[in-house]
Amino acid sequence: MSSWEDEDSAAAAAEAATTDVELLKRAWRNEKASPEILRFDFPLVSRVREQIQLLEETLDDFAEGGVDDLVVSLYQMDLDRTLFLIRSYLRLRLQKIEKYMMHISKSEDLLNRLSQQEQRFVKSCTEIMEKHLEQSVLSKLPYGYDSVTRQSLSSTEDDMVPEPQLNTFVFCKTKSDVGAFQLDDIGEEVVDLVADDLYVLRYKSIKGLVESGQIDLI
Amino acid sequence: MAGQSDPHLSIFSPSEVEFVAEDEIIEIVPNIRMEALNMICGDFGPFFPQIASKVPLWLAVALKKRGKCTIRTPDWMTVDRLTQVLDAERESPKEFQPLPFHYIEISKLLFDHARDDISDAYLVRSLIEDIRDVRFHKVETGLETISGRTHAVKLKNLSAMEVNIIRPFMVRTLQAFYKHDSPQMIQQADNIGSRPTPVTDRGPRVSFQFYAYEYFSFSTEVY
Repeated sequence: MSSWEDEDSAAAAAEAATTDVELLKRAWRNEKASPEILRFDFPLVSRVREQIQLLEETLDDFAEGGVDDLVVSLYQMDLDRTLFLIRSYLRLRLQKIEKYMMHISKSEDLLNRLSQQEQRFVKSCTEIMEKHLEQSVLSKLPYGYDSVTRQSLSSTEDDMVPEPQLNTFVFCKTKSDVGAFQLDDIGEEVVDLVADDLYVLRYKSIKGLVESGQIDLI
Repeated sequence: MAGQSDPHLSIFSPSEVEFVAEDEIIEIVPNIRMEALNMICGDFGPFFPQIASKVPLWLAVALKKRGKCTIRTPDWMTVDRLTQVLDAERESPKEFQPLPFHYIEISKLLFDHARDDISDAYLVRSLIEDIRDVRFHKVETGLETISGRTHAVKLKNLSAMEVNIIRPFMVRTLQAFYKHDSPQMIQQADNIGSRPTPVTDRGPRVSFQFYAYEYFSFSTEVY
């Protein structure tokens, strides 16, 4: 059993040593591959923003201080790479929010996954969209068909709200041993998930594992 | 709603895959003296002439482009190792050999910017291309075996770029089968009832087998 403990502490050490950039990269990949919007990692994004700001100031000082061009350009590259990651991460989320804004607005759980600014964004987005639809189309439709979310009065639920396809298959990699894992509701599909292996699975089945960090989407 | 999943958002461009690969650590031998770099992505250096140092690939390429270092070819990128891998790939039609996850991106970047640092570069390049071909052929063969009963696919040792290439097709295929075939599966389970399902009834349960022993499927007469 002692080799297990070594592995555990090694894994813990590796986790602790993971840089913010690594964490941001993981968040970015997960967000890109996931059909639905994931939890906004506020502490991570603020830390990275701070570091970016610090580096930008340092680079300004360098430019004035006459530091070697090579060093400046290398730091600039590091800055550019980090900027790309964070911008792409934020843009991805905005795209998903725009796409599923009605669906997100209706769900407390989904709204809680957004940052404060994103929540403001989704609110004003839906307001603008509803207003636009009403003014341009809905006000001219007969009564009973003029809802933004329902096709007609006879619809039992909001059937015009686009929802993310949670049953999409995604590529993923396990980080730790999960063991026998049940993929569906009826217990027919069981998969033995071993550490560090590549799988293609239905997103819905592994949602929980992604949230807990045991599986990474690639 | 039509329900076809929108592939747009989840597509990684090859440049994005390369971007991720550029963070892989590689060894360089600088020919200059440079102080330590405390960057957002980590701390590297200080650098002394002729003393080997480990840096991310993007940094290595940047230094190499400016003639400030030579890059040490990774151990797996030698003619001997690659010949071993190629032979093993050819001998095991259902398994992928372990290779660095980003082997395609790493080798491409090194060929583009540091070819003079690779011994037998031409041979190494053709070996890697052959390995890619053999592996991709396995992927294509495997794809043919996907059926409605496939609920998961295991792709041990597949690399990042290979994943990215087959992602769109694989996802759409599995999705289409899942949509069209799953009601039948549930019906069959109902019919079978409470007695334990005989293993032989199952039919092909999984499409990819990249092990010597059957993983998802329980019966061997399927093949």
